[in-house]
Amino acid sequence: MQLIINGETYADLKTDMSMLDLLSHLNLPKAKIAVERNKEIVPKSSYATIVLQDGDILEIITFIGGG
Amino acid sequence: MAATQDKLIIAGREFSSRLIIGTGKYETYQQNADALTASGADIVTVAVRRVNLTNPDEPLLVDFIDPKKTVYLPNTAGCFTGEDAVRTLRLAREAGGWDLVKLEVLSDPKHLYPDMEETMRAAKLLIADGFEVMVYCSDDPVFARKLEDLGCAAIMPLGAPIGSGLGIQNQVNIRLIVEQTSVPVIVDAGVGTASDAAIAMELGCDGVLMNTAIAEAKDPILMAKAMKHAVKAGRQAYLAGRMPRKKYADPSSPLAGLI
Repeated sequence: MQLIINGETYADLKTDMSMLDLLSHLNLPKAKIAVERNKEIVPKSSYATIVLQDGDILEIITFIGGG
Repeated sequence: MAATQDKLIIAGREFSSRLIIGTGKYETYQQNADALTASGADIVTVAVRRVNLTNPDEPLLVDFIDPKKTVYLPNTAGCFTGEDAVRTLRLAREAGGWDLVKLEVLSDPKHLYPDMEETMRAAKLLIADGFEVMVYCSDDPVFARKLEDLGCAAIMPLGAPIGSGLGIQNQVNIRLIVEQTSVPVIVDAGVGTASDAAIAMELGCDGVLMNTAIAEAKDPILMAKAMKHAVKAGRQAYLAGRMPRKKYADPSSPLAGLI
């Protein structure tokens, strides 16, 4: 399946990936990020149960320096 | 001493330092962490941005400044509409798990003045969504009053444009805002050096928020220390109550009994 993550297209991803699968595939530390899926916040508690769909648009954020 | 119990209370949370520092523009996160220690601040502002997917091993702010020990105040810098601000802070709340936030909705990149119409709209949306909103605003007492009436947790007027280091440009307005406001008033933006921070505190502000004044000093760690002292000195001078200004000299040594 294909996802758009932070504006970039990721093709050829396995189907039926959970959010947790995707995060470990991308090597991202779950505790330090937050995810928005198709403009909806994904609660951390549901990472394991949410199954991503082809065409999902994800934003994955973290905290950086700012004023 | 009374000053040791003089806590800053925002939305029911107690802080011992009245200095809030930013985490932008430092050479490294390590330098930022060292400046934080030197400043004694309890709160840091942080920005919310996309993670670097091409280099997930890139150092993260949370690896240097522990969010369990220092309160992260996520900001909405870079947001130009109320909806952008709300979207950003909802993500921040999920990442951090806390609801104290800094709302700033900017307008023209040339002066970075807050867009007060959008700021008001975003503040309403965020408060309705359960956020405790510390709001960056112009130094206009009328808007400051409106933001307080909406239920903002702190009113944060600018002293001068963001990153300008010009100091408190309109002391009269800051003082008016302080006098009329019952939630904390924190000067946010415009501080250039220690005396600017002291002036803000002497005007009766509850705190000062700064980023560039420390990050772009030649020695940020030393400046962070200076700011810690300036904020304390200004606060104590405010609590002590300054002497009246007089038009003419008044000798400190008695004139009577001269030989």
